[in-house]
Amino acid sequence: MWLIDSSIGRKVVMSVTGAALILFLTFHMTMNCVALISGDAYNVICEFLGANWYAQVGTYGLAILMALHFVYAFILTIQNRRARGSERYAVTERPKSVEWASQNMLVLGIIVLVCLLLHLANFWSKMQLQELIHGTNFVPGQNGPTDGAFLIKYTFSQWYYVIIYTIWLAALWFHLSHGFWSMFQTVGWSGTKWQRRWQVIGIIYVTLLVLGFLSVVYLYFFKSLC
Amino acid sequence: MEKNISFKLKVWRQRGPKEKGQFKVYEMKEIPTDTSFLEMLDILNEQLINAGEEPVVFDHDCREGICGMCSLYINGHPHGPATGATTCQLYMRRFKDGETITVEPWRSAGFPVIRDLMVDRRAYDKIMQAGGYVSINTGGVPDANAIPISKEKADLAMDAASCIGCGACVAACKNGSAMLFVSAKVSQLALLPQGQVEAARRAKAMLSKMDELGFGNCTNTRACEAECPKCISISNIARLNREFIAAKLSD
Amino acid sequence: MATIDSKIPEGPLAEKWSNYKAHQKLVNPANKRKLDIIVVGSGLAGASAAATLGDLGFKVKCFCIQDSPRRAHSIAAQGGINAAKNYQNDGDSVYRLFYDTIKGGDYRSREANVYRLAEVSNNIIDQCVAQGVPFAREYGGTLANRSFGGAQVSRTFYARGQTGQQLLLGAYSALSYQVHQGNVELFTRCEMLDLVMIKDDEGKERARGIIYRDLVTGEIKRCSAHAVVIGTGGYGNAYFLSTNAMGSNGSAAMQCYRKGAWFANPAFAQIHPTCIPVHGDKQSKLTLMSESLRNDGRIWVPKKLEDAKKLQKGELNPNDIPDEDRDFYLERRYPAFGNLVPRDVASRAAKERCDKGYGVNNTGLAVFLDFKYAIQRLGKQAVADKYGNLFDMYEEITDVNPYENPMMIFPAIHYTMGGIWVDYELQTSIPGLFAIGECNFSDHGANRLGASALMQGLADGYFVLPYTIQNYLADQIQVPRFSTDLPEFDAAEKAVKEKIAKIMSIGGKRSVDSIHKELGHIMWEYVGMGRTEESLKTALKKLDEVEKTFWSDLRVPGDAQTLNVELEKALRLLDFIEIGKLMAYDGLNREESCGGHFREEHQTPEGEALRHDDKFSYVACWNYQGEGKAPELLKEPLNYEYIKVQTRNYKN
Repeated sequence: MWLIDSSIGRKVVMSVTGAALILFLTFHMTMNCVALISGDAYNVICEFLGANWYAQVGTYGLAILMALHFVYAFILTIQNRRARGSERYAVTERPKSVEWASQNMLVLGIIVLVCLLLHLANFWSKMQLQELIHGTNFVPGQNGPTDGAFLIKYTFSQWYYVIIYTIWLAALWFHLSHGFWSMFQTVGWSGTKWQRRWQVIGIIYVTLLVLGFLSVVYLYFFKSLC
Repeated sequence: MEKNISFKLKVWRQRGPKEKGQFKVYEMKEIPTDTSFLEMLDILNEQLINAGEEPVVFDHDCREGICGMCSLYINGHPHGPATGATTCQLYMRRFKDGETITVEPWRSAGFPVIRDLMVDRRAYDKIMQAGGYVSINTGGVPDANAIPISKEKADLAMDAASCIGCGACVAACKNGSAMLFVSAKVSQLALLPQGQVEAARRAKAMLSKMDELGFGNCTNTRACEAECPKCISISNIARLNREFIAAKLSD
Repeated sequence: MATIDSKIPEGPLAEKWSNYKAHQKLVNPANKRKLDIIVVGSGLAGASAAATLGDLGFKVKCFCIQDSPRRAHSIAAQGGINAAKNYQNDGDSVYRLFYDTIKGGDYRSREANVYRLAEVSNNIIDQCVAQGVPFAREYGGTLANRSFGGAQVSRTFYARGQTGQQLLLGAYSALSYQVHQGNVELFTRCEMLDLVMIKDDEGKERARGIIYRDLVTGEIKRCSAHAVVIGTGGYGNAYFLSTNAMGSNGSAAMQCYRKGAWFANPAFAQIHPTCIPVHGDKQSKLTLMSESLRNDGRIWVPKKLEDAKKLQKGELNPNDIPDEDRDFYLERRYPAFGNLVPRDVASRAAKERCDKGYGVNNTGLAVFLDFKYAIQRLGKQAVADKYGNLFDMYEEITDVNPYENPMMIFPAIHYTMGGIWVDYELQTSIPGLFAIGECNFSDHGANRLGASALMQGLADGYFVLPYTIQNYLADQIQVPRFSTDLPEFDAAEKAVKEKIAKIMSIGGKRSVDSIHKELGHIMWEYVGMGRTEESLKTALKKLDEVEKTFWSDLRVPGDAQTLNVELEKALRLLDFIEIGKLMAYDGLNREESCGGHFREEHQTPEGEALRHDDKFSYVACWNYQGEGKAPELLKEPLNYEYIKVQTRNYKN
């Protein structure tokens, strides 16, 4: 199966799962932006998703995508380290055109993953999970599993979460600043001109994405200060 | 204006592929800046021979940047700090008086060290033998002008074909991937009607040979393109990806 | 004296090759599989021959000293490849290419060989295009051409300034295909050290194998075959500084010579006019600037001696010399061809100016190649499009920007027309030993025209040898494969090992390179661009001294049973010394000036080369007589039936 046993195939899996995850992030960010306007409106969306069959399918799908993306990342990295040989260069210097992020995707990915687990503990475990297991392990003051607005307010009133989420989103920005154009390159939708175009489009897209997320974090943090 | 410089040369010495290597430091005195880097190594070797020691072994041949024989990872760059040039085209005027210059062999599992700075690049020949050609015999071919080829296509093919097979792409790549080399050949032949006939077969065969030989997976860091002495573009890698995926999907 | 049979086929010139092919013996496919052929060298000639012989079905073993066949020095050819396609409709034809080549070679090559070369030139272009060689093209999609020295038509096909590279990669890809098919086996980093000959049933000695050294392990190994082909290039590195690659050597040719293959016209060495001048004693090689630069660059030196002196001292900028004080000496002397005269003529003219004191650079050994006029006429961009990579290369080496200052150039040893003598079938005087490409002497006479080396290498490899070798092998189909345990292999290997042991035990003080440089100085000084009886005799004396120095004062560190670059170089140097002597012998014998061989005693009042056709219209073949003995001269007369031999004239 070429998606497993050829180097380009393995990269295609990374590219396609990455693309799907970016689409999910885009959806998530748009949803979050509703919370900028109204917490109640945000809770309506939470209710709409809840533990419905489509939200469940989405969750499982996402989990599979994430798992694939991470497992492949580790396989690729192990293979690449082996290909590099046992002896390392004593002196290395990064050429100007090489992005720092592109050489540190795994590290950035691990930061993203660890923070993601925290994020799931902060939100998902108090919302969809509770609904699925019919549990009641809520944060004091949380009004049922679909009260996402409360959780936002609660989490981002704590300064260390703001710092952690900022680091997380920064890592995500770096990861995607390379990942975005890279996925087009990998599937071959690129060339001398388009490579530069995808890079620019990618930076703009990813910056908007991350700003969208950050704006919610900081809005609620500043609100909590007043 | 030309002048003389003195510097420390830190050179990797290794007896054989299985033996442990180490750096040795040599003091180089009063080297004229219009000396090429390899001529500077000639001077070092002359000194070593005069002192009864074995000279530093390094690959080199044409010394005009086209045979692809010279290698050397100098101060953190394959073929040294100059862009678009091979080691043999590097001149000492690029270096400063008093600095330490570190010289290492290509380091990649695909290119084991033979001795000192000389590595075994036969893997590239094997990749070529897997499909880097148009499968025709001598004779019985149409007139050269029978198939018109647009100038743009011919120029693009020529850009890809200018690869000298030196291995700098693998040496530069943190993944030890040979994608730039493979893609240059696949691109050259995929761009020309003569090569299109078996383009799909070629892309699959060359890539699978590359994987088999233990080269890494491309993660689009672009280090290969930045260090390539012939400035081969990673757009060739995109083309290889396209060719390969299309070939696999139509299987 | 032995009579020399060059086996030229009967019939009119234009039909000789067709007649030959129609009547030669062939080997049937089943028998081809039973026949082994060794090809030494993987340049244009070697790779194309190995690939073609492989695709015919022979079992081929291809040897090269580099890590890959693709490194061969053919790769460095810049300008292009000639062919009589007449795509430009400018009056070219097979006959004209033939005529230009004979004339360019100063009437010292075989008519029949050169005509065949011109004939197959067209097939080469077709073959290369089919392989995917990206030749330059016009917007309409057809192939582009440019003009080259010594021709009045545009017949040169090119791929930017990297034609040799593209053609070699084409041949290398064909070779790779045959390796894939299992017809060719590659032996990389392996150097031939001797030819092995075995007597057949009739007592005739035939080339049956080689002894070679695995350069990585140092092992001495054996390889047998039904025929041996050498395509190991020229011997220009006898001069130490040349445009050849560092590893280019004449050793395989010398090994064959010592086994009885005649060496023809060794004195004919081409000095290329457009090289970057020597800059210091640490220099390891000379870099060629493509001849194509002469299409648009104008060559000049100052008219006034005092300007030249100031330029040499660095007190004057060449741009400050007004046009009227510039001597465009090629345009002045040769109005019809101007800056595009053949290489030997351009080189000698530069030497003449420098000898008179008009040379520039701090050494006084350089002339200007100026693009100011081309930039004025075509614009900087157009010049950059055409020659950008060459200009960059020049700037990297010299630190001078050729868009703003004129380039400085000087002649340097580039190509050797002489080589192993071969007959029409490319067979040497040893049965079963064939020589192809620059390694043989054929086709170029006393001077080679630009863009003809690539043509000859590929013609030999793709279209000539694969036919003619069958005429030989057809008689060998009953001969079983040879064991490498035969006493002939034992003896050859023993001799090689003894020679290596002797070199390793010298225990002197000097490096190979230091002695090689000494050899180079002698060659350039006494067997260089202008030779006299006295200088050549001095050279012979001095070469003996160099040989003595070699055997008494050489130091090769390390040991022979492993990788040892110094040992490789020492073995080659020994052969270069012998080649140097051969060149001097040949130069002494040839008391005339022609092409690359200029005897100062023989020149016209205007300083042009003066041939003596009555006495020297022959190929000088040198037959080895044993160590330390002068070689025997054999003559193959050159008969011109179809061309009127005249004095070369590039003036009008």
